[in-house]
Formats: sequence, C-alpha cells, structure tokens
Amino acid sequence: MDNLIQQLLNGITWGSIYALIALGYTMVYGVLRLINFAHGEVYMMGAMTGYYTARWLGLATAPGVAGLALVLAVSMLACGLLGAVIERVAYRPLRSAGRLAPLITAIGVSLLLQNTGQLVFGADPKFFPALVRSEEIFRSGAIAISNIQLTVLVTAVVLMAALEYIVQRTRFGRAMRAVSYDAPAAALMGVPVDRVIIGTFVLGSMLAAAAGILVGLSNPKIEPLMGLMPGLKAFVAAVLGGIGSVPGAMVGGLLLGVIETLVTGYLSSTYRDAIAFVILVVILLYRPTGIFGQPQTEKA
Amino acid sequence: MSRASLVRLAGAGLALVALHELPLALNPYFVTILARIGIAIIAAVSLQLVNGFTGQFSIGHAGFMGLGAYASAAFSVYLGAGALDALGGALPAGLARLVYFPFPLVCGGAVAAAAGLVVAVPTLRLRGDYLAIATLGAGEIIRIAILNVDAVGGARGFSLASAAHPGVDLRFDSLAGVYGVAALVIAAIARLVYAGGGLAFRAVREDETAAESLGIATTRVKVEAFLVSSFFAGVAGALFAHSEGYIHTNSFSFVRSFEIVTFVVLGGLGSLSGAIVAAAVLTAAPELLRGLGEWRMILYSLLLIAAMILRPQGLLGQRELWPLSRIGAPEAREKADGVPRA
Repeated sequence: MDNLIQQLLNGITWGSIYALIALGYTMVYGVLRLINFAHGEVYMMGAMTGYYTARWLGLATAPGVAGLALVLAVSMLACGLLGAVIERVAYRPLRSAGRLAPLITAIGVSLLLQNTGQLVFGADPKFFPALVRSEEIFRSGAIAISNIQLTVLVTAVVLMAALEYIVQRTRFGRAMRAVSYDAPAAALMGVPVDRVIIGTFVLGSMLAAAAGILVGLSNPKIEPLMGLMPGLKAFVAAVLGGIGSVPGAMVGGLLLGVIETLVTGYLSSTYRDAIAFVILVVILLYRPTGIFGQPQTEKA
Repeated sequence: MSRASLVRLAGAGLALVALHELPLALNPYFVTILARIGIAIIAAVSLQLVNGFTGQFSIGHAGFMGLGAYASAAFSVYLGAGALDALGGALPAGLARLVYFPFPLVCGGAVAAAAGLVVAVPTLRLRGDYLAIATLGAGEIIRIAILNVDAVGGARGFSLASAAHPGVDLRFDSLAGVYGVAALVIAAIARLVYAGGGLAFRAVREDETAAESLGIATTRVKVEAFLVSSFFAGVAGALFAHSEGYIHTNSFSFVRSFEIVTFVVLGGLGSLSGAIVAAAVLTAAPELLRGLGEWRMILYSLLLIAAMILRPQGLLGQRELWPLSRIGAPEAREKADGVPRA
C-alpha cells in the first residue's frame, strides 16, 4: 500500500512535467491545427538555458528558492523568444500552404535545434546543478516526499494556475479562445490573429522551458536529444486529454505520468515507452477527441 | 514486342549489369550510400501511395519497414541459412543467391503487410491528424514490441549470422539487386495509381464524400493503399537488413518515419518522381555535406526548412519528371491521347 502511494506520488510529479509540455502542444493545436513537433526541442533548450544560467550566476554552489526563480525566469523568457522566432520564421510563411508543409518545417526546426544543441552544448550529457538541495521533508513508513518533488509540484501548479487565469480572465486569453474556436470569424471581429498565434507560441514555449528546468531538478542528466521522447509522450498526453483542450492537457499529462510510473513499478520498465503509445491508439479508436475534447462534425 | 520496348529492355539489362559490376570499381563507402539511397527510394515511393495519392496521412512507415527488416532477417537466420547452404551445393554460388534472396524479401513484405492490415482496418476510420497520430503510435508500438523479442536480439540488435551455418554469408549488398527491386516497386506503384483503377485513389484524396457517392468503396481503397504500401515498406526493410548485415530497432523509430514523410512532402505529394528525387537527394545530402563537419546537419535542417518555405507544394507538386503515368494501362492511355490530363 505504501509502495502504491509512493508510486502515485512519483507519477504525479513526473506527470506534472508532461502536463506542462502538453499544454504547449494543445494550445498551438487549438489556434493553428498544427502539431508542433519542434516543441520537445524547446523543452530541451529550456533545460540547457537553465543549466548555463545557473552556472554563469554561480548558483550551483548557493542553492535556494530565489536562485531557482531567477533561473526559471531567464529560461522561460529565452524560450518564449525562441518560440516566437520559430513561429515567425518556420510556420507563418506557410500559413496558407495547407497542413503538411508546416509539419515538415516543424521536423526541420526540431532537427535544427537538436543539431545546434549538439554543436553548441556538446553531445555528452550534462549534470544540471542542484538548485535545491535534496532533502526529505516528509516520511511516513515507506512513503517519502522530497523537497524537490514538492518544488516541482508547486511550480507546476502555480504555472498552470497562471495559465488558466490568462486563458480565462484576460483579453489575450479571450482572443486566444476566439481564434481557437473560429479563426476567420475572430479575424473579422478585429482579433489580431497573427499576434494571438505568436503569443500562444510564447506561452507554450515558456511552459516547456519551465518543464525543462523542473526535469533538470528531479532528473539532472540533460543532453541535446532529451526532448525527443518526452516531447512525443507529452503530445500523447495532449491527445489523451483531448487535443486543443487546456484542462485536458493537464489531466492527460498527470494521467500519463501516473500510468507510466505504475507500469514501470509493477510490470516492467521495458514496456514503459510502449504503454504511452498503446494508450494513444486505444484512445484514438474509442474516443479520438480525448477526455475533454468536443466531438466535431466534419467540415466540407 | 515492339522495337522500342526491346531497346528499353536491353537498356534496363545493361544498367543492371553495370550496377552489378560497379561495386567492384567503387569504394565500399559509396556502395553503402548508393544502396541506402535505393532503399530510401522504395520507402518513399511506397509511402507516396498512401500519403500522396490516397490523401491519407501515415507517419508510422518506419514501423513497417522495421517489421519487414526483422521478419526477413529472422527468416534468413533461422530458416534461410540452411536452405542457402543446401542450394549452394546444388547450384553455382551466384545463382543460388539469386534464387534465394527473393524469399526473405517477400517474407519481410508479407509480414509487414499483415501488420499493415491489422493497423489499417481500425485506424482508417480516423481522419486527418488523428490518423497521423494513430499511425505514429502504431509504428512506435511495433518498434518497442520488436525490442522486447529476445529471439531477434532485443536491445542488442540483430546480426545476420546463423549459429548453425556459420559459413553462409547472408548479406546481400548487390546494387543491381537493390535497384532492380526499386525499379519493380516504382513500376508496380505507377501502374497501380496511373492505370484506370488508380483514379479511385486520387478520388479518395480529392474528396472522400464525393468519391463514395460515385460508388467507390472508399474504405476498401484506403485499406488497399495501406496494404500495398506496408508490403513495400517491408521489402525496403528486408533489403536494408540484408545489405547492412546488422539491424537495431533504433533505425526504425519515429525519427525514420519523419524522414520518409519528408521525402514524400518535399518531393511533392502525388508525384512518384518527386519522392524518388527527394529520397535520393536527402539521403545523399548528409554524406555530401560531410566536409562541413559538425555544421552539416545544421545546414541540412536549414535547407529542409528553406526548401519547404520556398516550395510549399513540394519540389514537383503533382507532376512527374518521367512519363511514369504511361506505365498505367495502355488502353487507357490511347483513349486519353490528345486529351489534356488533370
């Protein structure tokens, strides 16, 4: 029983990171109907930026919450900018070119970031500095919670709450929902669609950057190809929750994290990667719109 | 047989002989690259049938390629080595290999096609992005499933060497073989899509509802495209396994699937020659750029992005460089003579 609770806790921690990445996929899909396959690489760049910021500021030797907040802020800003550049350079010129051409530029951007990463950062894994010194803050029998887990969870929850506020309560959020609902109609109502799209990329990329830092805290080995699998799985999480749905991405991410941890803990770690895709295929066959998605009638 | 077709046949024969002799003159590095280009062409052309001509969007092609590679490799290692040994006793060595190698290729293709059918029937109900995502998932499931089969090496990879018949060379790295198969695949798919019945594929691509109202069994057409496509993906995988001599599931991940999709979209959806050119250029490019050292993959990805932005419809759009559409039924061609084709 204790073991199960421990596994659930680990799963929720890991799942909150998936959820942060999944949000970027789902928001971009919402406004553009584009699967942004370069998103996993933005998450990698987030972790890398965090690594270098922490080293330059000498934070590795002086752990603390203020340092973590600073690293998060720098990395989120840098990746927000990166997201804006990616949208402007690789996707906007193809806005009217159908759905497949941007998919290929997304693959191109993803390759570009991976290879730039390997050139600039080196292909060898790096160890993310311990911005928070690992301590156990709670123990009851076999159940233990570390302060790192707590930091990851709290940061993820705060960021998601902030996102929820932006999407539901601000003018930008309303514009984003309008574009996602019907972009041409939103444009006719005076919503600056291009600016909303770029803003969506910035928001999504910032969350991915935060996910990169949080992964660095809990699982310090980072390398330029680290974005591939988590990126794809976060995408699965977005589909699981209902692609295009913001609460769906959160729930999908948490669910996927928990399921993966349980499979690793109780079945076999070799099937860990397969389970995400089995869930994906099953969900697509029985409920393609995911948990929170609205069924859409096909438009001619 | 007309004189023109005799000349063409002779030309093809000469080309095959030249390809057969070429490896002796070239260094092995070039032979490997040329073989990979031929295999990439087969993969690209087979995916073009589904993505370009039938308008469905599959991004799990590498899964079928991997299945074909592993099935054919297992066939060769566990059954073929003995058979080849026995054949070698009865026939001259070259002839024995020529007789033997179609079998693993067909075996790889058949297993991949069977998997293609299993994947196609439920998933082809899905449309657009959902289909793409489902095929991506299916491809990864296939790869991870293979990774967990110990008889084909699991995470260690799988070498084409038989423990029972250590003297038998199971590798097949003849360029003539690879390009001969590639020519057959191109001809088969060109005939399928450009003959009269091939219009059904393009009708489904253009408007599924309209196609259905004209009496086209759209589900059947889609499943057929998927089946043929996965069969040839399996053949490409089988050629890959036998020319490399060692395979690992890492070669068949979604990254490879994306690569094949790139060939198809960059070449032009609905153009066989486009897929061929893109597959050849994009497979050769990283090798040609090798002089740039670490910068080569960066340049490669920049070129990919630039090419897509400059030619969103792909290099060739829906046109063909060579009269591939004439491989279709000759009667249909005569009827259509003088009539401009869409």
